[in-house]
Order: sequence, then C-alpha cells, then structure tokens
Amino acid sequence: MAEPARFIHTGAAPQRPVIAAKNLDLVFQTADGAVQALSNVSLTIDKGEFVSFIGPSGCGKTTFLRVIAALEQPTGGSITVNGMTPEEARLSRAYGYVFQAAGLYPWRTIEKNIALPLEIMGFDRAEQDKRVKNVLQLVDLEGFGKKFPWQLSGGMQQRASIARALAFDADILLMDEPFGALDEIVRDHLNEQLLKLWARTEKTIGFVTHSIPEAVYLSTKIVVMSPRPGRITDVIESDLPRERPLDIRDTPEFLAIAHRVREGLRAGHAYDD
Amino acid sequence: MTAAADIARPRGLGAISALTGAVVPVLTVVLAIVAIWYAASVMMNRAWTLDQIQRQGLEMTQAEILTAAMTQERPVLPAPHQVFAEIWNTTVGEPVMRERRGQMQGNPRNLIFHAYHTLWPTILGFGIGSFLGILLAIGIVHSRAMDMSVMPWAIASQTIPILAIAPIIVVVVSNLPALNSAVSAGWISEDTKLLVPKALISSYLSFFPVVVGMVAGLRSPQATDLDLMRTYSASRSQTLWKLRLPASVPFLFTSLKVSIAAALVGTIVAELPTGARFGLGARLLTGSYYGQTIQIWSALFMAAICAAALVILLGVIEKITLRRMGARS
Repeated sequence: MAEPARFIHTGAAPQRPVIAAKNLDLVFQTADGAVQALSNVSLTIDKGEFVSFIGPSGCGKTTFLRVIAALEQPTGGSITVNGMTPEEARLSRAYGYVFQAAGLYPWRTIEKNIALPLEIMGFDRAEQDKRVKNVLQLVDLEGFGKKFPWQLSGGMQQRASIARALAFDADILLMDEPFGALDEIVRDHLNEQLLKLWARTEKTIGFVTHSIPEAVYLSTKIVVMSPRPGRITDVIESDLPRERPLDIRDTPEFLAIAHRVREGLRAGHAYDD
Repeated sequence: MTAAADIARPRGLGAISALTGAVVPVLTVVLAIVAIWYAASVMMNRAWTLDQIQRQGLEMTQAEILTAAMTQERPVLPAPHQVFAEIWNTTVGEPVMRERRGQMQGNPRNLIFHAYHTLWPTILGFGIGSFLGILLAIGIVHSRAMDMSVMPWAIASQTIPILAIAPIIVVVVSNLPALNSAVSAGWISEDTKLLVPKALISSYLSFFPVVVGMVAGLRSPQATDLDLMRTYSASRSQTLWKLRLPASVPFLFTSLKVSIAAALVGTIVAELPTGARFGLGARLLTGSYYGQTIQIWSALFMAAICAAALVILLGVIEKITLRRMGARS
C-alpha cells in the first residue's frame, strides 16, 4: 500500500508536506461530559519548517502535538505524517518527542538515557556509543555523559532530553513546552542553541509554547490557537531571516509579528478568563 | 547546601560526630528500657519471693528481697542480666557441634544451632515468597483480570491465622511422594525435608508485602515516562524492563524489609504447632512446656537479633544498589 506513494515521492513532483492535518476533531469523554479539545483543525507543515503553536491553556496545542505523535487518537478528520498515519510514522521513527519535564530516568546516566531509544530500537552497542557521542556534542554536553540527571542543571537536563530525541535520526522534532519550566536567561540561551541546532540538522520542528517572544524568535510559522473548542485562529508566516541573533527581538519586524500574534490571541478571547 | 557542608567537614571528624550524635540518644533509650525492665521484673517476681519467705518463716531485709526477686530460677519476668547470662551460656558457653553416637551433630543446647535451623527456612521462604510476590505484582500490573482476581485472594490469604494452617501444610508437604522419594534416593536429608514446610509457611507470610509494594512500584512511573516509551513504540516487556522494574526498586527494598521480618515470624510460628525439635520456635515451645521463662526470653531475643541482622543486611544491599542506580548519597 505504501509502495506507490514512495514512487510519487521520489519523482520531481512538488514536495509533499511532512504533516498534513485536515478538519481534525478530537473530543475527550470526561466525567464532566464531552470536551472538544480540537475542532476543525487544518494545517500543513513542510519539510524544514519551524512551527510554533501558541495559545492559552486548553487551546489544544499540546493535544495537536500528541495527535501527530499518535499519543492521542483524533475522533474526526484526517492527518498524515510523512504521508503515513501517525502510528505508521511512529513505527518508522519519524519523530523525536521532547516533553515539558526533561523526563530523564534518574537511574540512568546521561549517556544511558540518550541510549534508551537506541536500545529499544535495537541498535548495536558500537552504533549506540557513536550516536550518543554525536548528539552529546550537538547539544554541547560533552563530558557530562557519565553524570546522573540530578547532577545537571534544569537547562542541561532539557538539553540531554533533546539529545535523546535526536539520537535516532528522526526527521521531525516535536517539542511540548520544552523550556517552560526554565528561567528567562536559560531559556534565551537554549532558544539560541535550538536555532543553531535546527540550522545544522534541517529537522522539521513542532514547538508548543506559552511565550510570544519565544514563538516569534524561533519560528518560520506561528500557529495561534484558542480554547473552547480548541481551534486555530491564525497562521502567521514569519518573514524574519533564518539567521537570528537574540537582539533581532528589538527590531520593528519582530515586534510587528509579535503584535499580530497578540492580536490573534485576543481575537480568540484568550484573555477572557 | 547540606552537601557542601558535608564536603567541607573533614570526613573522619564527621563520622565521629555522627557516631556520638547517634550513640547518646540510642544509649539513653536502651538504659531507660533496661531500668523499666528491672522495675517490672522486681514488681512481678516479688510476690513469689514474699510467699516463699512466709512459708519458710524466714526474715529478710528489703535489699535481700530485691536480690531474691531478680535471681529466681523460674521468674514470672526474668531480669535483664538473667536473660543475657542465658544467651551468653547458650551461645558462647556451649559448643555448636557435639559428638553423639560417634558422629558430629548440632548441639540442641546451643542457641546458635536453633537460630541456624530457623534462619535457613526463613531465607528460603523469603526467597520463594519475594520471587512469587514480584511475579504476582507484574501480573497484576499487566492484566486487568489478574488485578481484579488476585489482589482479593492475596488479602484474604493474610487474614487466615497461620497457626491454623501450619499443621495442615506440614502434614501435606511431609507426605508429598516426590519429597519422600527424594529423601529415600538420598538427594536430600531428613533434616532438609523438615525445612521445606517451614520455608513454605514462611513464604506464605512474606509474599504479601512484596506484592503490595511492587504493585505500587511498578505503577510509580509518571504518565510522561510511559508516553516516552510509547513514542519509541516500545513493547510491554521493554517498558517493564527499562522503566517499570527500575522505577520499582526503592519500593521493592522497602517491602523486602517488611517481608523478611514476616518470613522469620512465619518460620517460628511454623515450628510451634508441628513438633519441631530444632529452631527458635521449638526452643520457645520447650521453654513454655517446662516453665523456663529465661529460656523463652533468650529465644525471643535471639529471634529479634536475627530479624535485625537480616533487615540491616537488606538495608546495606539497598544502599549499594540505589547508589549504583544514581541515588544521591
């Protein structure tokens, strides 16, 4: 079934989107009744894009990321990841997922934590060691491989968690408020590092955040969402250059985009409560 | 901050102050217990001494009465020095092995010999019980049917008085054809055969804390820890080995400590109604047959020493294991 699709892809035809969601609905059945977490969400993400999802709590941004990762099942509409269903995409190691909490297993050293997905996916030891070394370098954590998570700062732990998501060469990186629990200074630093990493690895990144400056600074595309029901209210294509020093945040172009994001949030009645 | 303080303090000095810091309160408590014990002993034994004086028409000073109350042969409550003298005489004062009918055998007058006969079934039963407990917990966590069916039975099993079913287990196990043929084939000795029912009764008591602790431990990983495994498409057994089991280790050790104490109680109780000749339970029983209260108390103390030693041993293994698993020391 997947064979013809592969042939189309290898041709000179226009590139197929990495993620394509159409009229996506998701209703959670809770004790208090049905909750419409996603309503009529349609979005395409192309290869190499950096897409931020921003909106208040309950707008469905995390849920949408979880649908991409096949951690939630949509109740309506369709979604493809690399042209496959999310489950198939997961089995073909399409994405690495970074959670809000670093979620490193405390009984494993940093390198053992990064090797965890490699062990599960059946890489041999030599390959594991090579990849662990590679990604440790990529996130600037050389020399910390033998440490246990508690011996590292929060920011370093989160970098280790990103390294873990990068270790098995997934094309897509899904990040659910990865820097939400960190302070502003560390967050700025990690944002800068993440952009460099993105430039080097050419991954497609889906990034959930609460922070307007973070979303504008990082993204090529900003998806503004609003709650009850969770829906997309605006999709902003950023025209900022890909090379972004931190002080780009003081430029009028940056502020204009930030303003539009804020307007989008306000239009979604995000500040009502 | 405390870690920094620990590093700053010279190690030897820290150890000494930690020792004195622990020794003084512990010693105070022990002294208080001994004092209360002496007082209680005198109060409970005095009546018999007074009775003897009256019957024999003797005259005694208060000091003499006090001494007499603490040195009776079969006191209601033996004084501490009597119990410790008995423990000393039956451990250091007696050979562990003695020659009998031209053979070296265990000496039943030695308390260590009895402790040995209780400890082996305890450790065996503890091993069987904990292993079974871990298996049951894994089953309970992975199967809803087992969760609903096994747990009530496990709880029910602990409400049955062990004293009631111990003789049944002994009779059934002693008459198992497999066990008897193993004895007649010379694979195991008659003594080893006696060990089996004791170990089984001990495992009956010791599996339960492990089941309860391990179910909690295997369920301790958070939702995101499990989600992470899902994003790798990890199988259930991979999730078990790489997440649930390592996460449950602290819970395991806590329940093992409860379990090994229960195993010891199980073995001692198993010795009571089954006519065991050797073991701390047997020692307790003969002591109570002949009104040898001092012997009973020394057997109790030996049991307590064994339990403490086992729990401390587990504590050491726990510390080493958790340190290797990255626990902050």
